[in-house]
Amino acid sequence: MPTESSSANARKTPRRQWPFFAVMGTLGGSYVVLVALLLMGDTFFTSRGHIEDALLKPEIQAAIRLTLLSCTMSAVLSLWVATPLGYLLSRFRFRGRWLVDILVDIPVVLPPLVLGLSLLILFHLRIGEWRLEDWMREQVGWQITYSVPAVILAQFSVACAFAVRTMRVTFDQISPRAEQVARTLGCSRGQAFLQVALPQAGRGMTTAFTLAWARSLGEFGPILVFAGATRFRTEVLSTSVFLELSVGNLESAVAVSLLMVLMAGIVLVILRLLGSEVGA
Amino acid sequence: MIELRDVTLRAGKFELSCVSFLIERGQYAVLMGRTGGGKSTILEAICGLRSVDSGSVWLDGVDVTAFDPADRGIGYVPQDLAFFPTYSVREHLAFALKLRKATSKLVVDRIAEISELLGISHLLDRRVKGLSGGEAQRVALGRALSFHPPVLLLDEPLSALDEATRDEMYSLLKHVRLKTGVTTLHVTHSLHEARCLADRLLVIADGCVREELVGDASLKR
Repeated sequence: MPTESSSANARKTPRRQWPFFAVMGTLGGSYVVLVALLLMGDTFFTSRGHIEDALLKPEIQAAIRLTLLSCTMSAVLSLWVATPLGYLLSRFRFRGRWLVDILVDIPVVLPPLVLGLSLLILFHLRIGEWRLEDWMREQVGWQITYSVPAVILAQFSVACAFAVRTMRVTFDQISPRAEQVARTLGCSRGQAFLQVALPQAGRGMTTAFTLAWARSLGEFGPILVFAGATRFRTEVLSTSVFLELSVGNLESAVAVSLLMVLMAGIVLVILRLLGSEVGA
Repeated sequence: MIELRDVTLRAGKFELSCVSFLIERGQYAVLMGRTGGGKSTILEAICGLRSVDSGSVWLDGVDVTAFDPADRGIGYVPQDLAFFPTYSVREHLAFALKLRKATSKLVVDRIAEISELLGISHLLDRRVKGLSGGEAQRVALGRALSFHPPVLLLDEPLSALDEATRDEMYSLLKHVRLKTGVTTLHVTHSLHEARCLADRLLVIADGCVREELVGDASLKR
């Protein structure tokens, strides 16, 4: 039987839940609304005709082709580098590990223009008579600055940092015990990595690749400084937006932007489908 | 044959010092001790996953202290089993043989032989996820024995099993020993397990390892 005090404390009406959701939803929802309005603004500003006109332009078609090529190359290179680096950072405690950790993150926090400038300086710095740009041209046969390799390298410089983080988290989540047992069964460290750890990292690798691809798509500053924005030569979609804006062709700039939104959207859907637990 | 000569192992505040014992070829030794006493650490030192701070580890008369785990030829069943999640049971059994470049026929024959010995022939095409406790132990044992290792290390292999499955596993481990003659070091908490299986009983106490008689009633303490 309830006491007098307990019955005095008992509620006669259910506790209201809506104030909590109203406050949290309003604060958090404001950002969601902002993003939705940005996309809606772009969509309403342009028309199907503008998009078709933009897509029919030979320079935009060339930019789409170069974007697809450079983003894919950058993502492949990022994965190629990030997988071993992520594994080493995850599995081993070595001297200077903290420094490697910081260096990997620098491209993420560095202002994009500074990164582009740094790439430019690296390739044109004279050490006596030697210069990296000249060496690459004469020995490898590739001109880097203001050409396609510069676009890929500028994208790779940033995208790889994200891929390394993703791969490190991926390997952190995979227990090293299976690799240890594999070594007692006769595996070298390399075989344990290739035959036991890597097959478990498939989802993380796909996430890292997709993330690197998406980062490469959005890269602009380093490309502008290091590769330039020459039509039919180093123009990617992000530079197309800049070039169209610079000549006052706002409709075309918005149409290209929407195309990039669509590409980014597809990448995000892939990321979500893969599960957000790794690196997202 | 497994021999430890004056082995010292340290990890943080934990220390095992002057650990020496010799397990002759074909013997079944059980290593007991309290939780956190260093039983698993000793097994890891024998199979090379942990380096010793001093002393030496000998297998069949060879000093393997500096050897890579891959070159020690030890069958190891860890407590957590540490399966390869993307592999089937068959692939687990074939893993060590393929590393040794065994022919396809040899691999097929050995898988048939070991799966029959351990009663897991019906599980060969299953993934390791979803195996019952007893099945998982048998598969882990099969993976460790697949390449005919002269030495088998078992880290609390029966601790997670129910009583009926544990009794089955006692019989199985005795049968495996009879068939293979493998030198075995088995870590456990259970005195009953030790009495069922062991020829030799080693006990860790106060940072040292000493030998006890298997039937010693005072061990219950």
